[in-house]
Amino acid sequence: MKVKNIDDLREIKEIFYPLVKQRLGHRNGLGLTQVMVCSGTACSSAESQDLRIALERELDRRGLNDSVRVFKTGCFGFCQHGPIVMVHPGEIFYCKVKPEDVKELVETHLMGGRVVERLLYQDHGQAVSNIEDINFFKAQKRIVLRNCGVINPEEIGEYIARDGYFALADIILNKKPAEIIDLISKSGLRGRGGAGFPAGRKWELTAAQDVSPKYVLCNADEGDPGAFMDRSILEGDPHSVLEAMIVAGYCIGAGQGYVYVRAEYPIAVERLEIAINQAREYGLLGKNLFGSSFDFDIGLRFGAGAFVCGEETALIHSVMGQRGEPRPRPPYPAQEGLWGKPTLINNVETYANIPVILREGWEWYSGYGTASSKGSKVFSLAGKINNTGLIEVPMGTTLRTIVFDIGGGITGGKKFKAVQTGGPSGGCIPDKYLDLPIDYETLKEIGSMMGSGGMIVMDEDNCMVDIARFYLEFTQDESCGRCTPCRVGTKRLLEILKRITEGRGEIEDLELLEELAYDIRDASLCGLGQTAPNPVISTLRYFKDEYLAHIKEKNCPAGVCKELLHYTIDEAKCAACGLCVKACAAGAITGEKGKIYRIDPDKCIKCAACVLKCPKNAISKGARREAIKLENTGIHTGPGGQEERAAL
Amino acid sequence: MAQDTHLEKELKEHEVSGTFVYDGIPGEERIKKQKYGELDRFISLYSKEPGQMIRILQKAQDIFGYLPEEVQAYIAEKTETPVSEVNGVVTFYSLFATEPRGKHTLNLCMGTACYIKGAQELMDTLKEHLKIDSGETTADHLFTIKSTRCIGACGLAPILVVNGDVHGNASPGDIIKIIKKYRKGEEVESKKH
Repeated sequence: MKVKNIDDLREIKEIFYPLVKQRLGHRNGLGLTQVMVCSGTACSSAESQDLRIALERELDRRGLNDSVRVFKTGCFGFCQHGPIVMVHPGEIFYCKVKPEDVKELVETHLMGGRVVERLLYQDHGQAVSNIEDINFFKAQKRIVLRNCGVINPEEIGEYIARDGYFALADIILNKKPAEIIDLISKSGLRGRGGAGFPAGRKWELTAAQDVSPKYVLCNADEGDPGAFMDRSILEGDPHSVLEAMIVAGYCIGAGQGYVYVRAEYPIAVERLEIAINQAREYGLLGKNLFGSSFDFDIGLRFGAGAFVCGEETALIHSVMGQRGEPRPRPPYPAQEGLWGKPTLINNVETYANIPVILREGWEWYSGYGTASSKGSKVFSLAGKINNTGLIEVPMGTTLRTIVFDIGGGITGGKKFKAVQTGGPSGGCIPDKYLDLPIDYETLKEIGSMMGSGGMIVMDEDNCMVDIARFYLEFTQDESCGRCTPCRVGTKRLLEILKRITEGRGEIEDLELLEELAYDIRDASLCGLGQTAPNPVISTLRYFKDEYLAHIKEKNCPAGVCKELLHYTIDEAKCAACGLCVKACAAGAITGEKGKIYRIDPDKCIKCAACVLKCPKNAISKGARREAIKLENTGIHTGPGGQEERAAL
Repeated sequence: MAQDTHLEKELKEHEVSGTFVYDGIPGEERIKKQKYGELDRFISLYSKEPGQMIRILQKAQDIFGYLPEEVQAYIAEKTETPVSEVNGVVTFYSLFATEPRGKHTLNLCMGTACYIKGAQELMDTLKEHLKIDSGETTADHLFTIKSTRCIGACGLAPILVVNGDVHGNASPGDIIKIIKKYRKGEEVESKKH
């Protein structure tokens, strides 16, 4: 059917609303049990699709098809404990459900009406059945992710049942573009792609251009390693992005939109294709929307693996099927973008905020957040943290809340060292800023940036010099080569960092690093180059002692940098079996059966073959330690200095 | 990819039965013709829209497995684009390969979350075990090692993706087992023929 007005939408809503209402916790006598299976990338990687098929088959076998229905849904965010299954009514939240658990789940819960305790989330040995009692969800505020885990992303009717497309209908039928732009400006929404440019201002600039045609672009080229917010939004709630793009088209006077999405996100691409086709079927995309003279359609364009394409001018080149190289600005895309025409580019998350703002009003939206940054922010939490996953918190939440309350602290009880935000363009934040409320400005002040929202937690076992090297390797590899400061500068920066991590650094290198980093920042053409030195600058600022340890003492305190590592045999654990000698290809281990074995650090090539062989786990790698002389045996342990080695 | 193996199987059947020549065209030629035919259909579908070069190249890579110069030149001719421009696009994006890849591509995630959870160690193990460098293919054309950017399943870090199957929380020992599994599958398959 073609939707022509608000009544048509209401009709569709009525069909699907009972399903959605039950999922929101209402006992509406639906007479149906709904099983929601998370079908995001993380859960799908953990076999959630096999689980879903097994579940459907089992229900079919037992003839339960009429009373139980299985739905795909978007990311719940609790990726560490996936695959997630939620059963309504009752909102029973199951974690780590495997295909082999299906039989028990069906028999005990769906037929017997008893909760399967074993599959519930265990909080310090205590089973938790309700999602609201899990710490991970307590401090969150899901605005952008409101539909993830609630609706089936492959059914437009369920999005409409959540009041989707109503705002669009109202705008096209009753509102003027300028009113809407004004409303977006007032809401204080800023670009979620990283730089935080006010969204309303961008819309205004593009709308003011007296050229046609114009274009609307959605940047879904999420290239930051460790970031998966945009992907999860597209997988869980693709229609919210489409609706916002149509609104944007109406406001700026464009007739065509494109979503530029990474080809590496197959599930997101599939859901987008389904969503676009459904929207076309319902007449929400195409000619004469809601019977007006406004036409709008959306196409997909695929990224082919280039980080620089996240930069808007590079993205435009890539959408046109060319090499994704940036160009100097101005002219800005708002003036001359796709095919030389005015183009509005926003990020996925920015668009996903818009339908809520339109529905709930700008006053409501700007009630969340800090003075300069309104609303909420989705972060992908990863690294050395107990609850890896996707979270959404109001702007101004402290890192401590995110890392320790939501994230559940550091894995293995280790010590927190830093949080890296903003991906390769951001910086590392040390523990002294854990209580700082985070927003665009505060992050910038402490030398990092919001970025698109990747948040990687590091513990005491991570070497910050190595992390800086890792990011530089990434940006150096991804530098498109267009401008010299970035192309050559990042290469030189990387060389210096490599030298330091390999123990060949000189104290002068630190000064050189800093000077070069600022030069690259100031002279590069686009955002990639301008922010590439950030990981170096921030680690130098907060973790200078680690750089010094690498350079002066030729020591990696975290025990990561291979060339600076030393393998030692723990005398107390060594059973003197001799297996390690056989494993050592370099002949670095000496000793004889029945006596303690030793590793000569000069000969050791750090291949770790002996570590794998040792039955007692007596061989450990670690930072260089002073030699210790065991009084009772007269044996030296640890690599020690030259004179100690002579005693071997 | 699935189509590829299907065609190869067909070819092998012809070899066995001695009817290597089909419709007067040798088998290999026929397959090539089919592949180009498929590409043609795709190009005519998309070349009308502007800016679809990347999508066409992706499809071509699906059909041929990689993008040799011959295919690039063919696409350039069909889409009326300078071949230099096609080559420029191919070499710019990391998704495109100009060398044939192994049957199984071992994609090791080198995103930050995987890296800090020990992906480098896994990469070293892979290189050491298969005796090739990242981006190279083993002599028997079975395995190609590739490092990939974040695939976004950071909860399972570190991750190895083989032919689209995700192996999460991988340790060096697991990886060797995974390679062995695929190699074993290969032997069984080759015995069938």
